[in-house]
Amino acid sequence: MESKDNLRVPGSQKPLTIEKPSDLNTIGGTVSVEINEKKITVPLGTTILEACKMSGISIPTLCNHEDLCVAGVCRICVVEVEGMRTLQASCAFPITAPMKIRTSTPMVRKARRNIIDLMLSEHYGECYSCFRNGKCELQALAKEYGVDSYTYGHVSKPKYEIDKSSYSVIRDMSKCVLCKRCVRTCIDLQEVGVLEAVDRGDKTHISTFLNKPLNDVICINCGQCINRCPTAALRANDPSDEIWAAIDDPKKHVIIQTAPSPRAAIGEEFGLGAGHSMTRELNTALKRIGFDKVFDTNFTADLTIIEEGTELILRLYKALVKKEDAALPQFTSCSPGWVKFIEHYYPDYLDNLSSAKSPQQMFGALIKTFYAQKAGIDPSDVVSVALMPCSAKKFECNRPEMHASGFKDVDYGLTTREMAKMIREAGINLPEMPKSDFDDPFGEASGAGLIFGATGGVMEAAIRSVVEFVLGKKTEDIFEKANIIPLRGFDGVKYMEIPIGNEVGEVPDIIKHLVPDWNWLKGATLKIAVAHGTANAKKIMDNIKAGGKFSECHFIEFMACPGGCIGGGGQPIPTTPEIRKLRAKAIYAEDESLELRKSHENPNVVKIYNEFLTDGPCGHQSHKLLHTHYTKRGRYIA
Amino acid sequence: MLVLEKNAMTEEIELLVHKYGKLRSSLLPILQDIQRKHNSIPDFAQQEVARLLDIHPVEVFSVISFYSFLNTEPKGKNIVRLCQTITCDMAGKTGVAKALERELGIKFGETTKDNKFTLEYVNCLGMCDQGPALLVNERVYPKVTPERAVQIIGEVK
Amino acid sequence: MEKKERKGAVLFSAYKRGDGIKKVLAKSREDVLLDIRESKLKGRGGAGFPTATKWMMVAAANSETKYIICNADEGEPGTFKDRVLLLEYPELVFDGMVIAAYIIGAKNGIVYLRGEYEYLKKSLEDYLESMRKDNLLGQNILSKKGFDFDITIRMGSGAYVCGEETALIESLEGSRGEARNRPPFPVTTGYMGHPTTVNNVETLASIPHIVSKGGEWFKKNGTDKSTGSKLFSVSGDCRKPGVYELPWGTKISDLLKIVEAEDSKAVQVGGASGFCIPKSQFNRTLAYEDAATGGSIIIFNESRNMLHILKNFMEFFVEESCGQCTPCRIGNVKLLEGIRMIEKGEYTFNYMNQLKDLGRTMQVASKCGLGQSSPNSFISILENFKDEIFNGNGGNNGK
Repeated sequence: MESKDNLRVPGSQKPLTIEKPSDLNTIGGTVSVEINEKKITVPLGTTILEACKMSGISIPTLCNHEDLCVAGVCRICVVEVEGMRTLQASCAFPITAPMKIRTSTPMVRKARRNIIDLMLSEHYGECYSCFRNGKCELQALAKEYGVDSYTYGHVSKPKYEIDKSSYSVIRDMSKCVLCKRCVRTCIDLQEVGVLEAVDRGDKTHISTFLNKPLNDVICINCGQCINRCPTAALRANDPSDEIWAAIDDPKKHVIIQTAPSPRAAIGEEFGLGAGHSMTRELNTALKRIGFDKVFDTNFTADLTIIEEGTELILRLYKALVKKEDAALPQFTSCSPGWVKFIEHYYPDYLDNLSSAKSPQQMFGALIKTFYAQKAGIDPSDVVSVALMPCSAKKFECNRPEMHASGFKDVDYGLTTREMAKMIREAGINLPEMPKSDFDDPFGEASGAGLIFGATGGVMEAAIRSVVEFVLGKKTEDIFEKANIIPLRGFDGVKYMEIPIGNEVGEVPDIIKHLVPDWNWLKGATLKIAVAHGTANAKKIMDNIKAGGKFSECHFIEFMACPGGCIGGGGQPIPTTPEIRKLRAKAIYAEDESLELRKSHENPNVVKIYNEFLTDGPCGHQSHKLLHTHYTKRGRYIA
Repeated sequence: MLVLEKNAMTEEIELLVHKYGKLRSSLLPILQDIQRKHNSIPDFAQQEVARLLDIHPVEVFSVISFYSFLNTEPKGKNIVRLCQTITCDMAGKTGVAKALERELGIKFGETTKDNKFTLEYVNCLGMCDQGPALLVNERVYPKVTPERAVQIIGEVK
Repeated sequence: MEKKERKGAVLFSAYKRGDGIKKVLAKSREDVLLDIRESKLKGRGGAGFPTATKWMMVAAANSETKYIICNADEGEPGTFKDRVLLLEYPELVFDGMVIAAYIIGAKNGIVYLRGEYEYLKKSLEDYLESMRKDNLLGQNILSKKGFDFDITIRMGSGAYVCGEETALIESLEGSRGEARNRPPFPVTTGYMGHPTTVNNVETLASIPHIVSKGGEWFKKNGTDKSTGSKLFSVSGDCRKPGVYELPWGTKISDLLKIVEAEDSKAVQVGGASGFCIPKSQFNRTLAYEDAATGGSIIIFNESRNMLHILKNFMEFFVEESCGQCTPCRIGNVKLLEGIRMIEKGEYTFNYMNQLKDLGRTMQVASKCGLGQSSPNSFISILENFKDEIFNGNGGNNGK
């Protein structure tokens, strides 16, 4: 029997994967095909679609997505293969023998046009009243094929009620074209398993368990489905109207914090290629829109490192020195999608989750306390907005426990896409903006906080500080330019061991009252791991449950989204493996360009422990404002 | 569902999983057995099956919704299915349908108030040479006339 | 019709349980395969793929585990021959599976029985049990060392599309019955990823006869390209509906005589997914090279309304499409809507031509055989019965 792993993807959505030969010169390593009378040699197992791309022929696709397994259901990519009676879906057809392919015969053109017409006939709504106008793949296809009328009619009434139950994701199934990208995202890519095709024949639609509202099933709000939806069937719950209203209200003091990942991606919404960081242009734009203050989420990312790092040290101290029970490995908790995932699927491991809030929520709590106090503003007049790459942040800020300031700590989570829309609405062309700085009192932040955006970034930031805390050496002395390369890149699961050796440094003042010395760490090896995408998180969790290698780790970073925050569910569409790579590159480049690259060296962090969180990291005040607790949700759907 | 009922259901499904195995390929046989016994596959049962086969509840729901003979909503004790496909149609399906609706006092797709009968159409039963064909639970009745249909209902009652 | 009344040159000829198995066990696998190749037997489900070729591919596949699946998901409207075979001739079907297992090297056989035939399950299981007692199944079958094979019965649950072989495999694997992308074909990557042959009940039932009596004997019936005989499920307007074994190449008009059909206007060959043949073409022959069919023959007499018949077919496909690919899921709905337009007299000829064009797209662009064949009756009925449908009682004149 095959392992169960291979059975997760239904075979109907499973392509023939032929391992491409490593040496193309071996006999049978390549195969020669003729596409539109032009000969080309391709590696064995190349799909017709890939082969066409290689020879410069564009084939329209819809259900195909680089992140997902092949479905072959929309049929838009059909081509003619000589000797075959029917047309073949080029995305799903691996070439294993010489063949003659034609991509633009009358039969092919007619079929594509008919298929587009059929989709349009069932697709409810008009383009000009749709938020995906200009960014819709169905619309683009209709344009490409010159559709100027509804050949097979057009639905006049919505078939399904819009599901607005979720804080994060809105589902409008009347716009769905059943490409099943969301299904493949939810089940295969993320292993969350909320969405599937339900019913059969003309009644087929994408739905949830028992057709329940999204809020009632175990959706983790990661929004990866939104990023892969070709139409407006899935979108984030957009708070921009409320934010505009707050901006327009002179009584309100509207503050926005911006996370690094949206800054690395928002340029794409303004026609720039992926990988252009817009941090300082965005500061100007936000001010012009009317935000009263613009803060850098990286500041609380630095704070997270101090709090979470201290928490880790305390857990280790408890386990190794006091020989008491301490939940290890410690898990990061800054990805709200991951947090909800573990609350549902591994509720017995909530103690392992760092109690430190995410940077967004830490900032929220500080803005309505520390900042309001300092600026002399009534916190009830403060409207706190967070620009995030994430749809789950919308859910996170609505968690009932996120009221540490006595108010809702963060009022609105705004995605990159929604931010771009607001900027466009204000008539601003972001790339043309002059550059400006973040506002005080939080101002400057470190590169460590910046790299939180890419998978492995939180861990790298933490290690940069932990190494200096414990060893008393410069990170640069151990890792060239303080870049911790093994933690970077897009492998689903990364693992690293850092031997501490027999030389330890002095305990820094900030945590001196918690641990007297580092002698107990002498000779130890710090074991850490990183996972991104909940499917990879599941692998690690199952390994821990089974007592495998990861159960011996000390600290594990988990991010719900593939690639980490730069691939978040609130990021510009499309998000592909290539685009994620470029966004990550932008973030690492920005980090390397900074002077300040370690969280504990951030002077504003030092200041806030001196002025406000005076009992230090993991102290009473910080526990009140910067730490949280979690809910055992379990997997049963009531 | 009461805790006691839930426990009984869990136990039942555990036995089925034991019988058919933990692979996903056991899904249909397990669902078919639950369906046979309970006339439907309740919410809780779907989630238990999902848990024990290590798949997602929505996948179980999706599969159930695909197959005509599986259902999540409770149906009547007896399911009366009339073939609607061409030869049974030509052989007088409409008359039988009317007789059944009148006798049971319900329309197709409905269940009688006493939960005894659910009336449904079904596609080709493979009795095309002996239509109209009626499937009552697992038993097939060929060459059904309106009078015979009423009689069959009486026998089942 | 009773079993004793059934007559036929091949399938319904005499056969004693186990004889075919005994014959093949005395020979090498290669020789048995050659016999079957000699017979030129093609798949009886309708697609007509050469059985020997399929088995050769599975036999050649390099895998410890292989499967033989008997496709008993007979769901095509107007087909019921498999019911008769399973009920009255189980020895043919199961011996056929054992022989197939011997040839391809399978240890496990599965009968995928449609949910509607649940009432057959008990008797089939009893029959398998009796085969086990006689060592026709189980370990070292008929004392042939190392030849282990057994058969389980798995039930469908009411989905026509599961008759498509990859949808059937999906269903067996616990998924929605949605057809797979091909390649890979089941012969290399089938049930649970293992090489698998999926064969129609009737195909398997032919095997014991072929291996006992030889390929040459089999070829005495039928035509050059369509060897042997075929079971036809005859229903509709005739005095003697039922299952008939007739040689391939039989004329439709001759079949109509045999079943005592009078006043026939049209014959639907191949069920809802087949073609509607008008009276003027009754001299056509039933054969892979002419009017190909999996065996469903539905006869319509002059009193029948062709538009009503077509509507019934299209309603069937709208419900039974698995719903995954665009042409089939939406296309069938559009064709059905077109029929309703004709009924109401609210149509244009232009639009009807557009729909036929859509039908042709469905035939080539759908993912599986269901969507590729569902427009057949739409196109053939609209073309062959234009006068009746557009000028007669089928609907008002087009606007």
